[in-house]
Amino acid sequence: MAGDAATAEQIERIRAGLGLDRPIVVQFGIWLGKVLSGDLGESFYFRIKVATLIGQRLEPTFALATLTILIAIIISIPLGVMAAWRFGGWFDRALMGFSVLGFSIPVFVLAYLLIWLVSLKLGWLPVQGYRRLADGFFPFLQHLILPAITLSVIYIALIARVTRASVLEALGEDYIRTARAKGLPELRVLVRHALANAAVPIATVIGIGIAILIGGVVVTESVYAIPGLGRLTVDAVLARDFPTIQGVILFFSFIYVLVNLLIDLSYVFLDPRIRY
Amino acid sequence: MLWRNWSVRIGGTALLALLLVATLAPWLGTVDPTLFDAASRDLRPGAAGEIMTLDGEMRKHTFLMGSDSFGRDIYSRVLYGTRVSLVVGIAAAALSVAFGVVIGLCAGYIRWLDGPLMRVMDGIMAIPAILIAIAVVALWRASLPTVIIAIAIPEIPRVTRLVRALVLSIREEPYVEAAVALGTPTGKIMFGHILPNTIAPLLVQGTYICAFSILLEAILSFLGVGLPPDIPTWGNIMAEGRVQFVAYPHNVFFPGVFLAVTVLAVNILGDGLRDTLDPKMAKRV
Repeated sequence: MAGDAATAEQIERIRAGLGLDRPIVVQFGIWLGKVLSGDLGESFYFRIKVATLIGQRLEPTFALATLTILIAIIISIPLGVMAAWRFGGWFDRALMGFSVLGFSIPVFVLAYLLIWLVSLKLGWLPVQGYRRLADGFFPFLQHLILPAITLSVIYIALIARVTRASVLEALGEDYIRTARAKGLPELRVLVRHALANAAVPIATVIGIGIAILIGGVVVTESVYAIPGLGRLTVDAVLARDFPTIQGVILFFSFIYVLVNLLIDLSYVFLDPRIRY
Repeated sequence: MLWRNWSVRIGGTALLALLLVATLAPWLGTVDPTLFDAASRDLRPGAAGEIMTLDGEMRKHTFLMGSDSFGRDIYSRVLYGTRVSLVVGIAAAALSVAFGVVIGLCAGYIRWLDGPLMRVMDGIMAIPAILIAIAVVALWRASLPTVIIAIAIPEIPRVTRLVRALVLSIREEPYVEAAVALGTPTGKIMFGHILPNTIAPLLVQGTYICAFSILLEAILSFLGVGLPPDIPTWGNIMAEGRVQFVAYPHNVFFPGVFLAVTVLAVNILGDGLRDTLDPKMAKRV
């Protein structure tokens, strides 16, 4: 920070200014106190408060994550139910094959494959970049849809797998036989009886999947040049900007734990037998 | 018994082939992966060209996968990259399993350690794996050992939880009770009686960790926070290739295909092992 030609006295002054001359325990205590009051410190590199920095970069990441989760849920749950319904059939085996593939294909390889195919060869969508929601909904969606599809593949694989397994288990229960014996339409049996009873594990895996999503956001934002928190994480590491790295990781972990807590609480609605 | 399973056969064969490629890389028509030649820049796959060896001698060389903007041979770099990926995958899996087993055994068998150990593990699990890895690499300078450690740390809690759950059920078995009644030392019960019964699920878990570690290493290198750029890893090759992606997509695709196939092979092997070794788990997932 002081440059290579700094004198010992200059270094000492900066150390004291940053509080680095105090014992580790004291430093940690001060840091913890500040974090609890919402102060994540100041970025070495951007020279502004880390909390402000995170606020500035939040919109793209939030938009990307939300769109990804939406796409993933809309696609994966029907697929999983279908596979469980025709367990062992060609659709089931195709979906399981896709799910192993989805787990194995690296997010950035998929990203480049899609850019090459959709943006370069077909010319349907812009290659990279981000438009704010304030600039209009259509350009916003146009720039966001490809990253979201990229990111949703692994998530779809994960949710579809768990949906299939838990719907399959529910389909073996006595109440399904009763529902069918009553002459209910098959779709109603699948959705109201099987899927409704399989909801808790599905909600759980959506929550656990947030960890994969956060990892994916870091990569996807780098490939598609989206100025969000993921891109910020990488930039901060490359610039060795420790307060920012610390702040972003803390923020991501907080969101991860918070989402999982909310999902735990949602069990009450998904399964009336559960009470807290 | 294992070889009868198709997934084990396909995954195992593909993995053996990759291991062979990694070991035999110098004899498979490659040049030193760090060699570059300004006259052979940005060649298309299959183009013939020349490359200067370290002794300053010009050698005819066919660039099977083309060359990058420095004039390095992508084919050689991708083949040598196999080494790094497999070493990182296997080492990170071994490391996290080793730590996970010891911590899991302690938490599962020594009751008063259970609470404190598992709360620490919960803490680590609250941070997404890729962020822990990035943070560890940011803290130390990136080198092969630090990258392996960085990738292994976030996996330790998963192994620990698995081992602890297994220990909690195994410790109630009559043979453990018998060993306790005979006055067998605790350490011997833990490692001699309980540990051998956790090996099958651990092998399955280890395979999945290996696949994920290979993926994570490539991601770290690709983002520029992994191994130094002069080491040929698939992530590094892709990171260099991305700048010219529009004009020369092969620089990204060849390492990408190798990476995807490797991870797929390890995952398929894991699925096969799970189906044969651990039928209970196979039913659950």
